Amino acid sequence: MGHINQNNLAPACPVIVDQSILKKIGHTPLIHLENISKRYPNVEIYAKAEWRNAGGSVKSRPALQMIEDGEASGQLTKEKIILDSTSGNTGIAYALIGKIKGYRVKLVMPANVIKERKGVMADFYGAEIVSSSPFEGSDGAIILAKEIYEKDPDKYFMPDQYNNDSNWRAHYLHTAEEIWKQTNGEITHFCAGIGTGGTIMGNTRKFRELNPKILCYAMEPAEELHGLEGLKHMASSIVPGIYDESILDGKISVATEDAYDMLETLEKEEGILVGHSSAAATLAAMELAEKADKGVIVTVFPDSCDTTYINFSKFKEFYESQSPTALPKADN
Amino acid sequence: MSVKVRIPTPLMKLTNNQAEVSAEGGTIADILNNLESQFGGIKERICEENGTPRRFINIYLNEEDIRFLDGEKTKIKDGDEVSIIPAIAGGVL
Repeated sequence: MGHINQNNLAPACPVIVDQSILKKIGHTPLIHLENISKRYPNVEIYAKAEWRNAGGSVKSRPALQMIEDGEASGQLTKEKIILDSTSGNTGIAYALIGKIKGYRVKLVMPANVIKERKGVMADFYGAEIVSSSPFEGSDGAIILAKEIYEKDPDKYFMPDQYNNDSNWRAHYLHTAEEIWKQTNGEITHFCAGIGTGGTIMGNTRKFRELNPKILCYAMEPAEELHGLEGLKHMASSIVPGIYDESILDGKISVATEDAYDMLETLEKEEGILVGHSSAAATLAAMELAEKADKGVIVTVFPDSCDTTYINFSKFKEFYESQSPTALPKADN
Repeated sequence: MSVKVRIPTPLMKLTNNQAEVSAEGGTIADILNNLESQFGGIKERICEENGTPRRFINIYLNEEDIRFLDGEKTKIKDGDEVSIIPAIAGGVL
């Protein structure tokens, strides 16, 4: 019981809304890409605005699901440190959720992830960052996180987002249902990028139940060495355990430079600033639109570029006006 | 000049799985051409058609990004180390 204000019997510091910031994960808007859709008669393209999640990206959904499922199973207890590999967004989500729920968080990420991301996590949410080799990309972070865990397994709760069914279940339980309702069940095509595969797997599985005629496509970078942060080129990467290509209708490849150009198109034509993977998702949706006679195509925009990408791509001038960047280095 | 070049993992299939290779040349551009002669196909993964590094690739001479030196015209000397690193990392969605 808190202090009671004797005049009106309300608490001196009343709870105005009963909503944790964690309640602001999910129920994101579905944006109609009006001008891009005009290129295709009888086809409408929509994007799920996932940067509107608390934590700023689609990854807040699986991060919360994995942590809360860990709590429910008893594997995650207060004395444990949440440990995982990430290239950014999942790490920000873990750090935010850990802050609110009172867990320490340790994140392994490649030394060459965008510096603002590390800043967001380290400065605001207090996560410990371990840098893995910049030459090895996300797979290097996966391997290093496992090594850290295996040295002291009792100390950590490792969600292991690449192999945790709670990852895709976050989308199966929530994202797909939201899209179904937001499109009044009229969705005909779905596409999303592959990172862990959680987004495409969870949504596809639910759409198969809701309407098996919905076509579901994964999007991936066209090349093994690419600049689409957060996405995996499957043929040259450690394939996530939760990723099952057999349930999909197909895959669409997107070239890095095409996605960078699409960033500018989205800004000019739709008035939105998004991250590279959202631009790549738009290109995948447009490829589906080219082939469809009619339909409602939905894709997922994982994050925005308001803070995390400001020094990149079309902001190259900004980048180059800054001090020279040193060779990124791993911690070990 | 002979320098050590550090190769990012996604390109190691082109370098017979070597993370570090040796290359000859007086400038970064020479080194890239020399890499291409040793490991066919590698240059187009790293550079635009005009020879400048692709937007998401950073090339470091020792500790410094060549964009802040002389770009691909940056001169190198014996014993230097060149690192090729994608500006961002692949990962999670």
